[in-house]
Amino acid sequence: MTLLWILLLPLLGTLVPVLTANWRRSACAMATAVPPAFALMILLYYGSAVFAGESLRYTLGWIPLLGLDISIRLDGLAFLFSLLILGIGLLIILYARYYLSEQDSMPRFYAYLMLFMTAMMGIVLSNNVLQLWLFWELTSISSFLLISYWWHKSEARRGARMALTVTGAGGLCLLAALLLLGQITGSYDLDVILASGAVIQQHGWYPLVLVLFLLGCFTKSAQFPFHFWLPNAMAAPTPVSAYLHSATMVKAGIFLLARFYPAMAGTDLWFLLVSMTGLTTLLVGAYLALFKHDLKGLLAYSTISHLGLITLLFGMGTDLAAVAGVFHIINHATFKASLFMAAGIIDHESGSRDMRKLNGLWHFMPITATLAMVAAAAMAGVPLLNGFLSKEMFFVETLQQHLLGSLSWIIPVLATVAGIFSVAYSTRFIHDVFFNGKPKGLTKTPHEPPRYMRMPVEVLVVLCILVGVAPGYIVGDLLHAASFAVLGTEVPEYSLAIWHGFNVALLMSIVALAGGALIYINRKHLFDFQNTLPGVDAITTFESIMKVLVKHCQQLYSWLDNGSLQRYLVFLLMGVVVLAGLPLLQLDTLFGGRPELPVDAVNATGAAMLLISAFATVVFHRQRVVALLMISVVGLMVSIAFTRFSAPDLALTQLSVEVVTIILLMLALFFLPHKTPKQSSPTRVIRDIGLASMVGVVIGSISYAIMTRPFSTISDFFLANSKTGGGGTNVVNVILVDFRGFDTFGEIAVLGIASLGIFKLLTRIPVFKPSSDGEGRPWALERHPVLLATVSQSLLPLALMVSVFIFFRGHNLPGGGFIAGLVTAVALILQYIAHGVEWVKSRMNIEYQRVVAVGLMVALVTGVASWLFNKPFLTSWFDYFDIPLLGKVELASAIAFDAGVYITVVGSTMLILASLGKMTTSHRPVHTESI
Amino acid sequence: MESLLAGCIGFLTACGVFLLLRGRTFPVVVGLTMLSYAVNLFLFSSGRLTLQGAAVLGTTDNYADPLPQALVLTAIVIGFAMTAYLVILAIRARADLGNDHVDGKLPGNESSRKESR
Repeated sequence: MTLLWILLLPLLGTLVPVLTANWRRSACAMATAVPPAFALMILLYYGSAVFAGESLRYTLGWIPLLGLDISIRLDGLAFLFSLLILGIGLLIILYARYYLSEQDSMPRFYAYLMLFMTAMMGIVLSNNVLQLWLFWELTSISSFLLISYWWHKSEARRGARMALTVTGAGGLCLLAALLLLGQITGSYDLDVILASGAVIQQHGWYPLVLVLFLLGCFTKSAQFPFHFWLPNAMAAPTPVSAYLHSATMVKAGIFLLARFYPAMAGTDLWFLLVSMTGLTTLLVGAYLALFKHDLKGLLAYSTISHLGLITLLFGMGTDLAAVAGVFHIINHATFKASLFMAAGIIDHESGSRDMRKLNGLWHFMPITATLAMVAAAAMAGVPLLNGFLSKEMFFVETLQQHLLGSLSWIIPVLATVAGIFSVAYSTRFIHDVFFNGKPKGLTKTPHEPPRYMRMPVEVLVVLCILVGVAPGYIVGDLLHAASFAVLGTEVPEYSLAIWHGFNVALLMSIVALAGGALIYINRKHLFDFQNTLPGVDAITTFESIMKVLVKHCQQLYSWLDNGSLQRYLVFLLMGVVVLAGLPLLQLDTLFGGRPELPVDAVNATGAAMLLISAFATVVFHRQRVVALLMISVVGLMVSIAFTRFSAPDLALTQLSVEVVTIILLMLALFFLPHKTPKQSSPTRVIRDIGLASMVGVVIGSISYAIMTRPFSTISDFFLANSKTGGGGTNVVNVILVDFRGFDTFGEIAVLGIASLGIFKLLTRIPVFKPSSDGEGRPWALERHPVLLATVSQSLLPLALMVSVFIFFRGHNLPGGGFIAGLVTAVALILQYIAHGVEWVKSRMNIEYQRVVAVGLMVALVTGVASWLFNKPFLTSWFDYFDIPLLGKVELASAIAFDAGVYITVVGSTMLILASLGKMTTSHRPVHTESI
Repeated sequence: MESLLAGCIGFLTACGVFLLLRGRTFPVVVGLTMLSYAVNLFLFSSGRLTLQGAAVLGTTDNYADPLPQALVLTAIVIGFAMTAYLVILAIRARADLGNDHVDGKLPGNESSRKESR
């Protein structure tokens, strides 16, 4: 649990600057620093355990079925990165306090910064790859917020968008890779994935997974050709550049390379992709850095180059190269963060970052100059500084590799070339800024920064020197623990000494130093040459590409989504045909072996009537009343089919629903046109017929295939237990009210909701009363025919009696709540039709929405009542009683539940029809009150 | 018999789908009703066809499968609720929009289509 606090504290820290926004600036900064400081203390507390080779874990179950847990793992690598994130983060908080001006909103900046810190901590501590990805995306988002911190500047907004697009796209690739990894290994647990390296690399998906994974890493770590977003992200405030774009976020991609090293590395494909990308990035970054006049631009390209160097090391595939990579992560973070902060100080105190204006600053800020020079020297790889050590290891490893077969000698040569340029741009940074004459055209006179603004730089520079002089003492344990975590096996022997004797690597260093100096001295020629090359404006190119992309997407979108529902339906139905039809193609024969029943004359006649009436419905669909009559025949035939095939309950239900539906559609025709205009083009009709036939063929075939296949059903359970467990012999009804009572409860709830929705839709509807039918004939004068009125009145008690009968016998014989409810509703509707709304209302003033509610409550209470007897919801109970006159009578709680169903069905049906019917009567109430 | 019923189901589906693809609301409602017949028959037939075998205990020794029947019974009632809702939506749409096209506007009006997107 304590482990979790390392992650939770920065998260809580996001709120601190917001809550202390009204405090003085220093107090706010100090309060913000408290949570990460505590997190750092907890981290250091675990240090000894981690250095001893343990990896600590903490898991909090969340959705175990989906493999989603909040899972934390602290091993050497995570420890190293956490140390960098929290340690440099604290220095950045201090630095930003002085860097931000009075006009900048400090709480907002700190809140974003802490959010970013949380995200980074989440990446390095995650032991679940989906959780890792979540934090990975959070870094993209928080980085977007931080880059666009000065959102009033156009370059900040554009840079932020670009960074988000590139890293976000990479994040999606990474998600795909992680999901595929989860599929291959069967787990999203990092431990499992790291342990199944062999399985992953032999899997057929490995090349795909690797490419997607590397796309994620390379976009985040600004590897060529995705490096262009990093220089444009320099529009961010300098603390952000120092923190995100040198020390932490751009290392996240590297971190993933290191983290998944045991699972993904070791194949030729890995070597090829990773090392070549790293090498290209190393060279391109180092070369371009030299020509940047902007201080931060130079540092940005230098960062790209160093990230390429680390990538190259991880791509070499030897254990020692990986150790060197880890070591360079530490060293680069220290010297590059301090250089960025120094650049920020220079910008802050002299008003410019342009190296053509900044000259001779040594006289104005000697201390800062010294610090910057030491850090730059470390960047160049000067002995006695940390950069020298890891660069030396890098050179040694380039000599050891055999990546390109007999051409492998190219790599050390190119590495030396990159080293030469690295020395050249470092020299330029030192010489152009601090010496080389006097400042030109600065708006203010440069001076030393406030004492505490310089302190973070001092701390980091001291570390550079300490590591450079006594590497074994300072970082030995850390490096060993982190390398152990990366490799997953014992760390090979290596020596962290300054002096390894005269060897080729030392020679390469010397060549680099000398060559760099030479290039810097003759830089004018190189600059002239570079100026003749056509310049590429990354941001404009990027934005024009994005514009084209968006345009094409919009075209595709408007083709797919042109606002026509018919078109969407066509797409959906095509999907149905394809998805349901393809499996049928693989079936040898539709017939499944179950003998067919013989066709007799009754069945044939019924089927013929069904087909004819369905066809007539389609043919006459423009004449809506005719179509309605035809489809009622279809419904009738369907209910006869139910009777024929031993489903009396269904037949009764279908019959009564049929009546209600046709009345409803008749009513609807009062408000809708009676004819459908001919609008579809012939081709469209043909297309629709074709599509409809295909769907029909597919569905019919599936139906036939199912019906002719032998099957085993779970219904034997219901048949066996219906009487003994449910107390009824009508199994269908017992299933409805007992076995699957909860389903039925849900269904009557849906029914009730639908009717209430209809009630609501019909209130305040714009009133229009057609005074005649579609062909201009006036409505019949006799509103309520006497014959109908008389008959319906005498029918009512009879119908009600029938419904009561159907209701009660339902448990044992065909019938039940649904059917009885529909019969009652039909009988009541008949009164409305015969006498009109007003007449019924004066005799039976019921608010049907209340009836619906009562019905649902009855069903609910019946279900809840079983709790009183310590039984689960809707447990049924029944017993037999001797009642005088009636004899032996069965009483079951299911009857009460069925009564709830009955009341709900009556209420809903009446609510629907009465609401609509009320509007058709010309004796409309003057004001639209509720029924 | 099975082939005949399967043919009927297929035909009802085809008719229902064709009507669903029409542009005015009322044929769509009719099509949906037709499609629900087909769906109900389809679900019901998945319990296989049985003659003289209503699932009432003690009446026969070859019971029809009661489970699809129970499912279809509620499906019929819910289907009614859905049809009703759709019809009322159609009425409301016509009252509010002045036409009964499923898109809420008559086709062939390219400019209004673009605006509404």
